[in-house]
Amino acid sequence: MHKSWWKIAAVVLLVYTIAGGFLMNVPRRFILNESIRNLYFHVCMWLAMMILFGVSVAYSIKYLRTQQYKHDIYAAAFAGTGLFMGLLGYATGTIWANYTWVTDQGQSLGTILKEPKLLGAGIAILIYCAYFVLRGSFTDIDKRARVTAVYNIFAFVMLFPSIWIIPRLVGSLHPGSPGNDSGNPALNFNDLDSQMRIVFYPAIIGWTLLGVWITTLKIRIQFLKDKAMLQ
Amino acid sequence: MKKFINRWVVLMMSLFAFVLNAAAQTNDQPEMADAMRSNGKIYVVVAVCLLILFGLIAYVIRIDRKLSKLEQQKD
Repeated sequence: MHKSWWKIAAVVLLVYTIAGGFLMNVPRRFILNESIRNLYFHVCMWLAMMILFGVSVAYSIKYLRTQQYKHDIYAAAFAGTGLFMGLLGYATGTIWANYTWVTDQGQSLGTILKEPKLLGAGIAILIYCAYFVLRGSFTDIDKRARVTAVYNIFAFVMLFPSIWIIPRLVGSLHPGSPGNDSGNPALNFNDLDSQMRIVFYPAIIGWTLLGVWITTLKIRIQFLKDKAMLQ
Repeated sequence: MKKFINRWVVLMMSLFAFVLNAAAQTNDQPEMADAMRSNGKIYVVVAVCLLILFGLIAYVIRIDRKLSKLEQQKD
């Protein structure tokens, strides 16, 4: 294992996330109760996804500037891990919403289905799924790299309105949006408790580093495959 | 007159509801898993989660090592 210092950092931060995340004090809130600790897991998945997508689009731009095939492999691998993290974020969100919105707040299924944050996140994930469909539909490697690099930029730009902007403009059950008068104190960064921050920020870095680690493995597998193909 | 009485009733009811609500707020704290913390069962949860994490990390490290070996063979 070369360049292993950040892999050790990832393990240390994740151990701290789980130990500190379960054992340290959290503010007492109605409806959320102990499930407030999901902040260290559910929210971190989304943030890791966004960071990985950001790295992916950076490599796509790099590919378009330099036309080096390895940048295309990097971009695809980072987008893949980011998409996986996003799916985990969505899946964990469904469980959390089931016990805070449906059970405790008594929201109907109709309100949940109209929830702009869920729709936006679903759209963003589908756009990235289309990125991989597009990748699979090319036989020419150079053409695939060029077209999907351009598409990746489009997909990343679409992330901003669908996840960040629209759920903040319209009312939403999800924390961090206006009109959130459902008794749930919005867990946005303005009133995020300081005792949660000391676990939350390391948790983001830890989960992101784990995502990067898995991505580097995927990149190395792809390089090995391509070498085998060329021989 | 009827309108006035109606308004009065609504006002009284809302005041009553408000007082009840306030009393409810002061009486019970948000429910947390305090029992789990006091009898130490929370450490069981932490141990299980840490074991899963270590298992996953060990798996990733194994794949990393195998890849390193393969890369050396190819070069």
